[in-house]
Amino acid sequence: MSETKTNLLEAPFELSYKYKRSSGPVMSKFFEALGDKKILGTKSKAQKVFAPAAEFDPQTRETLTDLTEVGPGGVIESWSWVHQPSDHHLLQIPFAFALIKLDGADTAMLHMISGCQESDLSIGARVTATWSDTPTESITDIKHFTLEL
Amino acid sequence: MSSDQTPKDYRESLIHLEYQYTAGSATTTFLNQVKEGRLVGQACPKCKAVYVPPRGSCPRDGIATTIEVPLTDKGCIESFTVVHIPIPGNPIVPPYVCAMVRLDKANISFLHLIQGVEIEDIRIGMRVQAVWKPKEEWTHSLENIKWFAPIDEPDIDVSTLRFKEA
Amino acid sequence: MKKVAIVGYAQHKILPNAGALNEVELLMPVVHKVFADLGISQDDIGFTCSGSCDYLQGAAFAFVEGLSAIQTHPPIKESHVEMDAAWALYESILKVKMGDAETALVYGFGKSSPGNLDSIISLQMDPYYISPLWPDRVSLAALQARVLLEQKIITAEEMMAAVVESRKHAASNPNALITDLLSEDLYNSNNYKSSPLRALDCPPISDGASAMIIASEDKAFEYTDHPIWIEGIDHRIESSNLGSRDLATSPTIESSAKLLQLENINFDVAELHTQFSHELPFLQKLLNLGDVPINLSGGPLVGNVMMCAGLDAIGKTYESLVKNQLKHGLAHATSGPCLQHNMLVHLERQS
Repeated sequence: MSETKTNLLEAPFELSYKYKRSSGPVMSKFFEALGDKKILGTKSKAQKVFAPAAEFDPQTRETLTDLTEVGPGGVIESWSWVHQPSDHHLLQIPFAFALIKLDGADTAMLHMISGCQESDLSIGARVTATWSDTPTESITDIKHFTLEL
Repeated sequence: MSSDQTPKDYRESLIHLEYQYTAGSATTTFLNQVKEGRLVGQACPKCKAVYVPPRGSCPRDGIATTIEVPLTDKGCIESFTVVHIPIPGNPIVPPYVCAMVRLDKANISFLHLIQGVEIEDIRIGMRVQAVWKPKEEWTHSLENIKWFAPIDEPDIDVSTLRFKEA
Repeated sequence: MKKVAIVGYAQHKILPNAGALNEVELLMPVVHKVFADLGISQDDIGFTCSGSCDYLQGAAFAFVEGLSAIQTHPPIKESHVEMDAAWALYESILKVKMGDAETALVYGFGKSSPGNLDSIISLQMDPYYISPLWPDRVSLAALQARVLLEQKIITAEEMMAAVVESRKHAASNPNALITDLLSEDLYNSNNYKSSPLRALDCPPISDGASAMIIASEDKAFEYTDHPIWIEGIDHRIESSNLGSRDLATSPTIESSAKLLQLENINFDVAELHTQFSHELPFLQKLLNLGDVPINLSGGPLVGNVMMCAGLDAIGKTYESLVKNQLKHGLAHATSGPCLQHNMLVHLERQS
């Protein structure tokens, strides 16, 4: 502990937990497919495709189990440009968080876009997935997206 | 369970957050005294209940505990438990005893270790005193007290410790 | 069903770093103030409900510590929400409406200074698809700002005006954290944090606490001749599937506004829980607030105590109606990314 100017005690404190999360039948398949560099969505009876794979349609409450491959390319629906990444961010050079509607999907996926300048990005621009060299069957198996050439 | 035995349906997810925690004025005052080897509680000006460690307020009356009350490092065991299961990250080897220690003149007890006695001899009401680390190791922490150990004084009937309205 | 009124509200001065004060020490003065204003004590309270989030300050069960700030003996009827205290108010209103209590004490507290709010807020997201990417709260808000700008629902000028105006209004709010006036030049030279949001488009890290007292229709007149009635209150939440939401609109706010029949009311004042500058013109248009004075307190852009700012919007609306003897006030509280969860409150002063 250290004392501040006003003689108050302060101490750094770390909160750290490792949880084991069950992915369930739908998301498990999504994550397994990511390990094979494939992105899965789920299709509703009305042929609406949710990607990443959703377990239900939030509008109709329909259970979704019909898996279908989407992407790996898609279009930017919105993005924000992180000028100075903080310690927690996975990329340590300026990058974008973006909502990306993958080819074949009707909903967007949140992920990162790297390897470009802010001025290169626009809504509607095409991007494609860049894969991690060390897949762990998690959402970060997509390292980030990059602009299509 | 080692990672290769983990069912594939489970994925590990690490949450990690860092804070700079500030003790607040009551705890700061208390820990500054602990660093000097003293235990100082705070009393409620209304009901006179003595809190150690103090949090700055009396939860009975909802007002600030403004009176400093120096206490001894002697007290009694209000309750205790024998821990048989190792806790990850805790260096103490089971079995060991955690007790609610009620210092003399205090109206609440706090958790600490009991050592220097056979486990089967530990009992509610037993008189104990703090065993301090060497002075040069003292910091702003109740870990300055290694544990509480029995002293040769008659047991206390803990039912007499119950708070009585002033 | 009988009505419920707000009869008291107190707010701690918002601090950038409460340092010296733990949760209890922040909370005690406002609880004492709201009691003293009415000449009552905890003995006169039938139900107590609080809102806070332990992850903010990293202190487990801080809400239990918070209870040490109020008199809990003999044992009291009490509850807690791990949400903004606006939702503690909602629970308390239900208790009073059900006849379980004649009065309720509602309080909220939050210390964002000890931790990294951006990281903490990442953890409230979907733990499978979103949290592992550690999106910060500003970048998420910026996604919605961009959609609104691109679709010309709002303009960059309106965002700037929201920030500049908030500073002007803060001058008359003694509890505001930021009171410096801001020129347009200074705003325009401010660095972007997460484009299209500049640092100045975001609320300050804030510590504080607030308390409110509500009373049943019968009881309210014991405290005042002009109770501020909670004429309507409704809250709804949108999907946690961020990518399936249309960020250009807010179905939750639209449904609540319709249910509360807000289109028929001429509001005199509104306080909106708009933490980022773009949210103010967005909600102003969505709620058809036109010329209604909004966020005369300065709003969240001049002080944004997490788990409290929603209750504060309701409290500040209450204060405006009391002080200026106005008739109708509208308050809004929110939580979650991109205005995911919204509450609307219609207050009306008894003439």
